[in-house]
Amino acid sequence: MTMHLAVDWINCEAHGMCYALFPERISADDWGYPIIDDRPIPRPLEPLARRAAEACPTMALLMIIERSTRA
Amino acid sequence: MTDSMQHAGLLTLISNPALTLGWVGLGRRYRTVRWCTRFDAARPWARPRSATPSPKLGPVLGSRGESGLARLALPVVRPVGRPKGADGWRSGSVQPPEGVARLLGGMGASGLSSHIERYGMRPNGSRAFISEVGRSGLRGRGGAAFPTARKLGSVAGRRQPVVVANGTEGEPLSGKDKTLLTSVPHLVLDGAALVAETVGATEIIVCIERGAGRPAAALAEALAQRRGADNLDVRLLATPNRFVVGEETALIHWLNGGDAKPTLVPPRPFERGVGGRPTLVQNVETLAHLALIARFGASWFRRLGTAGDPGTRLLSVSGGVSHPGILEVASGSAMREALDAAGRPPGPPPAVLVGGYFGTWLAPEHVAVVDLDRDSMLAVGASPGCGVLWALPDGVCGLAESARVARWYADQSAGQCGPCFNGLPNIADAFMALVNGSRPAEAAAALRRWLPMVTGRGACRHPDGAARFIASALRVFEDEVDLHARQGPCEASRRPPRLPTPAGGGWR
Repeated sequence: MTMHLAVDWINCEAHGMCYALFPERISADDWGYPIIDDRPIPRPLEPLARRAAEACPTMALLMIIERSTRA
Repeated sequence: MTDSMQHAGLLTLISNPALTLGWVGLGRRYRTVRWCTRFDAARPWARPRSATPSPKLGPVLGSRGESGLARLALPVVRPVGRPKGADGWRSGSVQPPEGVARLLGGMGASGLSSHIERYGMRPNGSRAFISEVGRSGLRGRGGAAFPTARKLGSVAGRRQPVVVANGTEGEPLSGKDKTLLTSVPHLVLDGAALVAETVGATEIIVCIERGAGRPAAALAEALAQRRGADNLDVRLLATPNRFVVGEETALIHWLNGGDAKPTLVPPRPFERGVGGRPTLVQNVETLAHLALIARFGASWFRRLGTAGDPGTRLLSVSGGVSHPGILEVASGSAMREALDAAGRPPGPPPAVLVGGYFGTWLAPEHVAVVDLDRDSMLAVGASPGCGVLWALPDGVCGLAESARVARWYADQSAGQCGPCFNGLPNIADAFMALVNGSRPAEAAAALRRWLPMVTGRGACRHPDGAARFIASALRVFEDEVDLHARQGPCEASRRPPRLPTPAGGGWR
């Protein structure tokens, strides 16, 4: 199971919570919108990613979880 | 990306910590369709002058009114085709079109009887047709060049799908869809009916842009002639005049009662589209090719074109040519030939804008050698896109023209995504500064920083298109950039604009 982050660009309003809380993987562009490092999030960083997504006032930071359906 | 997700047994979940809420929030954007029967006769495009719909028929072209989608009393049509099981999907009686004018050769045969005389009866669609399309190698002709068979396969078998024939030609330099709809409407409607049967849809929505009077009239007339022939519910709708309207999710959002603005994907239209139902959106030229593939087969289709990009394609050629217009060429023909056919003045080839504003500039040295198929074009950093070729006329400043298009791109933003509605105006300003030669070094540095900064960062590809277009202009008109930096705007850049930058209306 891997997790990476994505932005719902329509809902994002550049509040900046995500890059304040998770600077390891998110930075800001010239207009205050997040630039996401879209590599998979390693397990130890997952709580930080989750916290950043939870903190987004517009719920525009998406955690995309991919897992194999072939058991 | 979505396609790769579909594959290899990967289950993709989007989760927000506020799980349910997140999805409810998303769900609200996909409003259910509110049907209504209002018909706005006050708008000129709403009642095509040259067509006289029979009184029984009711309005054949309407708009989604303020209160929702106009449900048009539209012809329910019975199959204009041989009965099922006759001999698969191939026509035996009519000779397949020889030569390059496969689609445009049908011009003048816009009536149903002459259409059938020329092309034969429409075969019925079935699941087997998808593999025939796969063998044909047809790719979507709307610009994105997505393999058509895969798109059909993604919708086929899903519950109650809807087919949208996309004739919204928002690209200002493109006219091929309008020409196609005006001259061979039955071929497009055949294709639409065929794919509807193939994917199991009973409902077809044909979308064209507002103000396109002739194609609207031709379609309305064609639908009236087919009345009762297709056993399908076909409606004709006129969309707002905005560049992004042709983008699938924007079109669907509008059909669902919202603004004609793109939405977040996934869900993709094939998962959740019109009225929440799986929706197949196909460009009208693609549908016309499908109508021929169904009749004459994949190997016939492959007789023209290259192995990687078979068939013919429509081109809209304009700019510095004496006979601007719509051409049909075998994919893989030389770009020079197409330009010459449209009356390019003798001399070395000009720079050409390929694929319209959503495309790229090609330098003269590439124009001289490149062929009009996907692989050859990709090799020089372009793509056939929607088939626009705009030759830079003599004495016109490509840099100044492109700067105006950059401004237009900013104005055409749906204003939804931050990097787009902030970035594109900044980029347009910087580009204009470059043209005016005011602080050119700073402007160039700003562009180098911002073009990647808007790419891939929106709900749709509008900012990507802007960045790609502008980057190609800076590359192809490199010498002009230097010249403008040293001497200020050239004389040519003060002349009236040649590239159209239509303002675009509202979003409803």
